Order: sequence, then structure tokens, then C-alpha cells
Amino acid sequence: MTDTANLPKKSLFREDQDSPNLLRRRRSEKTFRRLGLSAIWIALALLATLFFSIVSKGYSAFVYTTITLPVHFDEKVIDPKGTRTLDDLRSASYGSIIRDTLQTEFPEVTSRKELRGLFSVLSKGAANELREMVIANPDLIGQTLPVALTANDDLDMLNKGYILRDVPEGDRRVKDTEMGWFDQLDAKGAVEIKFNSRFFTGGDSREPEMAGIWGAIVGSFYTLLTTFLISFPIAVMSAIYLEEFAPKNKITDLIEVNINNLAAVPSIVFGLLGLALFLNVAHLPRSAPIVGGLTLALMTLPTIIIAARASIRAVPDSIRNAALGLGASKQQSVFHHVLPLSMPGIMTGTIIGLSQALGETAPLLMIGMVAFIVDIPGAVMDPATVLPVQVFLWADSPERAFVEKTSGAILVLLGFLVIMNAIAVVLRKKFERRW
Amino acid sequence: MQMLADVEKPEVAETKATISARDVSVYYGDKKALNGVSLDILKNQITSLIGPSGCGKSTFLRCLNRMNDTVDGCRVEGTITLDGQDIYSPKVDEVLLRARVGMVFQKPNPFPKSIYDNVAYAPRIHGLARSKDDLDEIVLSSLEKAGLLAEVRDRLHSSGTGLSGGQQQRLCIARALAVQPEIILMDEPCSALDPIATAKVEELIEDLRNNYTIVIVTHSMQQAARISQKTAFFHMGEIVEVGDTEKLFTSPSDERTQGYITGRFG
Repeated sequence: MTDTANLPKKSLFREDQDSPNLLRRRRSEKTFRRLGLSAIWIALALLATLFFSIVSKGYSAFVYTTITLPVHFDEKVIDPKGTRTLDDLRSASYGSIIRDTLQTEFPEVTSRKELRGLFSVLSKGAANELREMVIANPDLIGQTLPVALTANDDLDMLNKGYILRDVPEGDRRVKDTEMGWFDQLDAKGAVEIKFNSRFFTGGDSREPEMAGIWGAIVGSFYTLLTTFLISFPIAVMSAIYLEEFAPKNKITDLIEVNINNLAAVPSIVFGLLGLALFLNVAHLPRSAPIVGGLTLALMTLPTIIIAARASIRAVPDSIRNAALGLGASKQQSVFHHVLPLSMPGIMTGTIIGLSQALGETAPLLMIGMVAFIVDIPGAVMDPATVLPVQVFLWADSPERAFVEKTSGAILVLLGFLVIMNAIAVVLRKKFERRW
Repeated sequence: MQMLADVEKPEVAETKATISARDVSVYYGDKKALNGVSLDILKNQITSLIGPSGCGKSTFLRCLNRMNDTVDGCRVEGTITLDGQDIYSPKVDEVLLRARVGMVFQKPNPFPKSIYDNVAYAPRIHGLARSKDDLDEIVLSSLEKAGLLAEVRDRLHSSGTGLSGGQQQRLCIARALAVQPEIILMDEPCSALDPIATAKVEELIEDLRNNYTIVIVTHSMQQAARISQKTAFFHMGEIVEVGDTEKLFTSPSDERTQGYITGRFG
């Protein structure tokens, strides 16, 4: 029995149909479309929530609070001997200048306990800011001029509205007296919110207001560079050999199955392997990008091999035949024709593999890349941390101000991932070839 | 055997056989695709191989320059000699063989490169050109011989895949000619082309006959009749009948040949 057999012969309009079969068919199609559409909407809504949550928490990491105070660069404190040598300028007690500055600003504060509170209005890094200024320009010594100094992270949080003023004093990180001084300074127009370039150029720090992400970015760069240099050639060579040269037999089948299995192995297992192999056997330095890169290379290899093989397989046989028919050797046909034609696909797979590696944390925790590193790494053997581990470290820190740093770091990480995936898409679109 | 008798007929005796296949059988895994085929390919002649689909004519053609080597599980028995040398001897370098026995495929398969680079590829890898001018010379003369030069002279550096189907196929022929082969194998070179392009390619093949030995597999009996001097009819992996094209098409001696050329099967 067919649908159409029972229908009135004349009408083709939908509303005239009453066959239950036809109605059911139409209903099921509608339901399916609605389900599909709602699945997409749910996914989009979740993504939007994620982005909103991260951006709303993280955007404030890109700005910071400064307090501008008239600083007297006292020669007696900085360079009593008047030598102006770098060593003397570096070792001077800039902290006492900060303290003098604050005390002149608030002469009514005298008790030792209150003074300690007053000094914490500025960041512990403020002394360092002065040191850098003086080293860069020794002529400042002896002068008095207004300098924008970084506020303490708690006051920064207060200024950004994360610490609420109506919470009872005992439950609040900022005491009433500190709030009072801050408000006085604010009333004088000394408090400003500025773009936090230190967040992008500095290394990690115990002081949230001083902490930056550049160390982690450089660490990630060296790690990914190692990963790429190790995994790309090995993966492409394996893919070429397996696709083009290896005989198809039980052994190559076994290898293929195992490569696919490796791609599905949890990344922490690779971390354990890296720990056993690169640290315990090879004695490479702990917490160094070279070890992280090697470990991530193990993890990325199967991904690139699979992508490269698929891409090599997509080159039609007619191209291979054409080359062979002209008297090219197998190797010439592969390196002159098949490999160049499959390169866009291989690059796409590589970038996707590397962006996976960029976001990977677990295996790096296993090999000790979770250390607190302040210095910007200068080479693959230097101790370093990477972006996702930096996120992990900051998320673990108790200070309120690290919450926004965490979200800020996630934004930077996501930015890099989006850029890498965009490059992959552009490569694919640009060089895609239809046969 | 009848076909050997044909070969030794006095009117073809003066042209010597360049390729002789003797008792060639081909297996794909367990499947036997060719069963004891013997055939002589004569110099400066066009030999066409006809027969229904799956009869083994393309398989046989691909044996002649060892393109079957690239197929997994393919095994060739019997002997095929080129100018007296056994091409399946383990000492033979199949790359040198394929430089002497060129091939044009069913579907035009230019490299996704410029027209110039398509033709220049083989001379480059074989080191046939000593200078840039030499290479230009080879490319232009190959395109000229393939009758394509007039159409592409002003766009030699545009992509070869941008040409029409017929032009692509002639580009593939030019590319094969650039290696300066002795023998050109053609596997249904016109099956993907329209009648006008086919006519041009056929004309070209007839011209090439003066300098090259050509073996062509075709599904079109008219094409075989038009261009070839000798025709072999394959059926079920064997050669049923082989002989002068004119004789084979006018008075076939086997009734299967008769049936095929009159369109009763195949």
C-alpha cells in the first residue's frame, strides 16, 4: 500500500490531505527538524554562557588601579655616596621612599600598627617600579615628581567593585581605615584605572597586581615549538611510509590500529610516560619546555599521523599513476606530487594537534611543569610554565585578585586557540582542491 | 597458434616486433584476470585492444610498462620482452622501462601545475634538458607534436587543470611525448571526451604513428577500425582473435569476434 494510492486524485495542497500515513510522516519530519534546531541552540547558549562568564570575570584583568603620589627621590636614601653605579642604584632601599611618601601624604598616622596598614595601600611591587624608573633615568635622583604607583590588589578589587563596601568589616579583606585612606586619595584624584600592560609583559608573581602572563606565553611557545619540531617530521614521515610504501599486511594493520588507539589514550598517561622516560631515564631538566614539548609531541603524533594519512589518501591515484607513467620513481611521485598536494591537509591536522597540545595541562603536571616560575624563559632548557598550567596555578591561589587573572589568562589562551584554528580553516579553504 | 601465424604474414614481416608477450597470465590475489595471452606489438604501428568490460585488455596494457606493480596483490606470469629484454627480470629498473614505454590514461590527469610545468616535469626528473633553453625547446616541441601548442601558446603558465577535457588529454599526451618514449600505451584515451575532442585526439594518434609505436585500449570499435593497423580481441582474459584490423572487422574468423563487433554482446 502506498501513500498516494488512497489520496483524492485532484488536490496537491497539503491542507487537503488526510491520509494518516502522510500526516505521521510530516509530523515526524517536523519533530526531527525542531530537535536538531534545539540541539544547536542549546550548544550555542552554553557557549555564550561560557564566553560571557569568562569575559565578564576576565576583562578587568586587563586594567589595574594606580595611585599617583608625589615621590621625592631622596639622594640620601638612593645613592648616599653619589656613585651612580648600577649596583648602588639597584640595591638601594626604595621601600623606605615609598613609606616616606605615604607618611607625608597622611601625617596623622603614627602608630606602628596603623602605619603597617598604610604602607599596604600600595603594592609590594611599587618599590620595584621606582627602582626601574631610577635605573632607567638616574637624573630623577633629588627630584620630587608625581608617580603613578600600583595599588595593592585588595584596593584594586575594591576599586573594581569586587570587594563590597557594605560587608561588615570583619568579613572584608580591606579594613575601614584602609578604605578611608583610599577614599581620601580618590577624592584628590590620585586614583586612576589604567591599561595593565604588565599583565601581557610580566612573569608570574606572588602579588596578583604584579603577575603577568608573558612568562607562560613564552613557555607555551617554546613547548609548542619543541612539540612541532619533534612530532611534525616524524608524523609526516610515518604517514607517507604507511600510506605509500608499506605493504598492506597484518603488521601494518596492527600498526594502524595501534596508532588509532594511541590517539585515544588519556593525556595523563603520556605525562607518566614523559616522567619515566625524559626525567627518570634521560635526566632532562624538570619543568623545562623541552620535556613538556617532548611529552606533548608523544600525544600529538597520532593526531598528526591520522590527519596526514587521510590527506595523503585523498590525493587521487591518477596523479600517482601520471607520475609513475612518466618514469618517476615512487619516491619522486610522492615528494613531487602527493606530498605537496596533501600539505594543506597535513598542516591543518598539525595545527589542530598543536592547539590540542596548547590547551593540555594534565601531562605537564606529571612532569613538574607546575612550578612557580617568575623569570621569562629564554630557551627550551629554562624552567618555564605554560598558559593552561598558569591558569591552573592562579585558579588555585587564594587571593581574590587571582580570580580575574585566571579569567584573563583563559581569555588569552582562548585567543591563541581561536587564532590557530582560524589559520587551520583559512589554510583549508585556500588550498582545498576538489578532484 | 593462429595469431602467431598472423604475425608472420609476409606483409608485416618487415616491421619487427618491439614488444612480445608470451603466455602472460595475471592474478589479482586469487582471481585470474589474464590467462596465457601472447601478442606481438609491431614497430610504428597502432595496435588496438578491444573487448567487453573486464576482459583483461587494460590489465594487459598495464603489464607492458609494469604499472601493475603498484597494485597490491597483483602477480604476473609469463614473459614480456622489449627489444629482446625481459621486462619482468628482477634486474630491470621499472623507472627506466616506463621512460621508454609511456602511458596515457583513461581520465585526463594533468598535474595541478602550469601547462609548462606539466610537460617539463618528466624532462626535469630524467635530466633530458641541459639548459633552460633546452627545456623550453622540449616543452614547445612536445606541445606542438600533441597539436596543442597553437591553443595554449599564450598561456603556458596558467594551470593545466583549467583546460577543457580534450585539451587536458592532449596535454597528457604531450607530457608523455616529452620523455621521448619509443612506445606509448593509451588506456581508453577518448572515453571521457566528446566527439569533437575525440576526433582531434584520434587525428593526433594517427600522426604520432610515424615516430612512435602505439598500443591503444578502446571500447569504440569504430575508433579501433579508424586508427589501428592491428587489432586484438580480448574476451574472458584471453585473446580470442588477433590480426590486421581490416580483416578482423570485415571477416572475423571466430564467432565470438563476429558477435562482439556486430554488437550482439559486450
